[in-house]
Amino acid sequence: MNLKLPLLTLILLALSWFTPASARLNIEITGGLEGGIPIAIVPFAPPDGAALPEDIAAIVTADLGRTGLFSTMPRDKMTQFPNNGKDIDFTHWRAQAMDNIVVGRILPDARQGAGGYQIEFQLFDSSRRSQLSGFSFQANNNTLRLVAHQISDIIYKQLTGVRGSFNTHISYIMAEDVITDKRLYRLAVADSDGFNEKIVLTSKHPLMSPAWSPNGKQLAYVSFEEGRSMIYLQELATGKRQLIASYPGINSAPRWSPDSKRLAMALSRDGNSEIYTLTLDSKKLERVTNSYAIDTEPDWHPSGKSLLFTSDRGGGPQIYTIGIDANGAAIGQPQRITFEGKYNARGTFSPDGNLIAFIHGRDNSYRVAVQDLQRGTMRILTKSYLDESPSFSANGIMLIYATEHNHRGVLSSVSVDGRASTRLNVTRGDVREPAWSPYLLPESQGN
Amino acid sequence: MVGCSSDPEVRDDEQAQMEAEAAARAEAERLARERQQAMSDAATVGSAAYAKKIEAMLSDPSSPLSNHVFYFPYDSAEVSSGDREIIGAHAEFLASHPEIMVTVEGHADERGTREYNLALGERRAMAVEMLLKVQGAADKQLQMVSFGEERPVALGNDEQAWSLNRRVELIYSGY
Repeated sequence: MNLKLPLLTLILLALSWFTPASARLNIEITGGLEGGIPIAIVPFAPPDGAALPEDIAAIVTADLGRTGLFSTMPRDKMTQFPNNGKDIDFTHWRAQAMDNIVVGRILPDARQGAGGYQIEFQLFDSSRRSQLSGFSFQANNNTLRLVAHQISDIIYKQLTGVRGSFNTHISYIMAEDVITDKRLYRLAVADSDGFNEKIVLTSKHPLMSPAWSPNGKQLAYVSFEEGRSMIYLQELATGKRQLIASYPGINSAPRWSPDSKRLAMALSRDGNSEIYTLTLDSKKLERVTNSYAIDTEPDWHPSGKSLLFTSDRGGGPQIYTIGIDANGAAIGQPQRITFEGKYNARGTFSPDGNLIAFIHGRDNSYRVAVQDLQRGTMRILTKSYLDESPSFSANGIMLIYATEHNHRGVLSSVSVDGRASTRLNVTRGDVREPAWSPYLLPESQGN
Repeated sequence: MVGCSSDPEVRDDEQAQMEAEAAARAEAERLARERQQAMSDAATVGSAAYAKKIEAMLSDPSSPLSNHVFYFPYDSAEVSSGDREIIGAHAEFLASHPEIMVTVEGHADERGTREYNLALGERRAMAVEMLLKVQGAADKQLQMVSFGEERPVALGNDEQAWSLNRRVELIYSGY
């Protein structure tokens, strides 16, 4: 590999050589952030000089860069390439203003047989010349990206104190040829950076609103396969499907309660779109709203004790909250929580419940915004025009959302402080309705 | 009654009356023909010839029935007065053909959030369905579905495309 090429080109070349055609190309829009935590992730030494199908250091660099919190050193600026702590010349790295340095190596692992590796990394503080973290993983060609994301999670936790969310998944809908008879819709799941896409369902009829179960093992979604909107649950490991809402009218916007016992949803069975909760084991339905307005797009507070939802009872869509009791029934009256502008919809709570993200419409543009629930202050995070469906990462530091770019539907991520934004390009059709999964593994090894 | 008179004024009155009676007779004959036609229609419901006849009625460019897509302003479910008249013609058609069904499909343009747009499409479909009902269509003839922004007919991030997607379509079946 020609190390003098700019980092971005390097990543593009590496990806185009080794990744299958259906994978996403991840393009960094902002990198090398001013004021971010400086970190250099040195390319990992490959086993016996052979190139691996994945560039672990590049994946970790991209992961940390997307958060907006790090200032990652471009590979083309590196002139030393240690792969072991004992080979690090700390003076050199301090001179580069690199407070943190990550080195690593990939060794063949005979115990796993052919195609097995041992991946080791170390994170050093270059001022104190001390190791902050170091781990070793077993891997094969299929789990290299997974290990890279686990390394990112460990480094992130070590340097920020917050659990990383790189080893998580996203779910989304892909649509092709929608104005023709050849229209096709797909429900997909991928790694949090858009790689390793797996198609979970293909349909000639529209699919909408994927939502993750709290244990990350099921998706709820809306399908029009019977000619109108109905809600299904699907187990990811087996593909087993279950129809759970086919009431007259609209069945849409499913959201799992944090305790997994209920789904909130929007149904128009009683004449117009209202919020309901459905208890999964008893199939008991509780009606939560009752108004002539459209009430839709519910989302659970992480405590499970309230819902937010979109309602146009005030004339145009705004976001309201309402308390929910232990039976899934409403407590009291809805309280409006958005007051700026004429259009605020599709709210979602951050994992700690302190923020909501939503779509704020103004002057014919629809943008992702966040609002601090304590202070009531709102901040618009994007400069685009047709944003939809914001979803928080499991640790609440980033949002993934859908937007239009060059007349295509694409996914983008933005850090909650608005500092970094990344677009995931697509190879075919339009992509929309992303949902970021919960943590998939219990917290361990510092991640 | 044909009368004879030499007085011009009286002759004009009689003339007018003759013409009125002739017109009334012609109208009665026309209605009788139509009734007979309807009866013979009813007798052949379900046949291929019948289906062709219905299809012809629904696609006759000079008939309001050939207009089965109705458009809406942004964020509105209000039916225009011109469209109300056309929907009235559809309602009469449904009333006189009780075995025919129609699906009222509601749609929205791409702006804003998807699930809200699903409900907005339904609001538009409900407005049209209500007009059909009050003007003679029976409940059992009517089905309603909203596709929100999921089934556009025009691509493009501009008002030209958006205005074509903010619509309600009538899809006939049962013949």
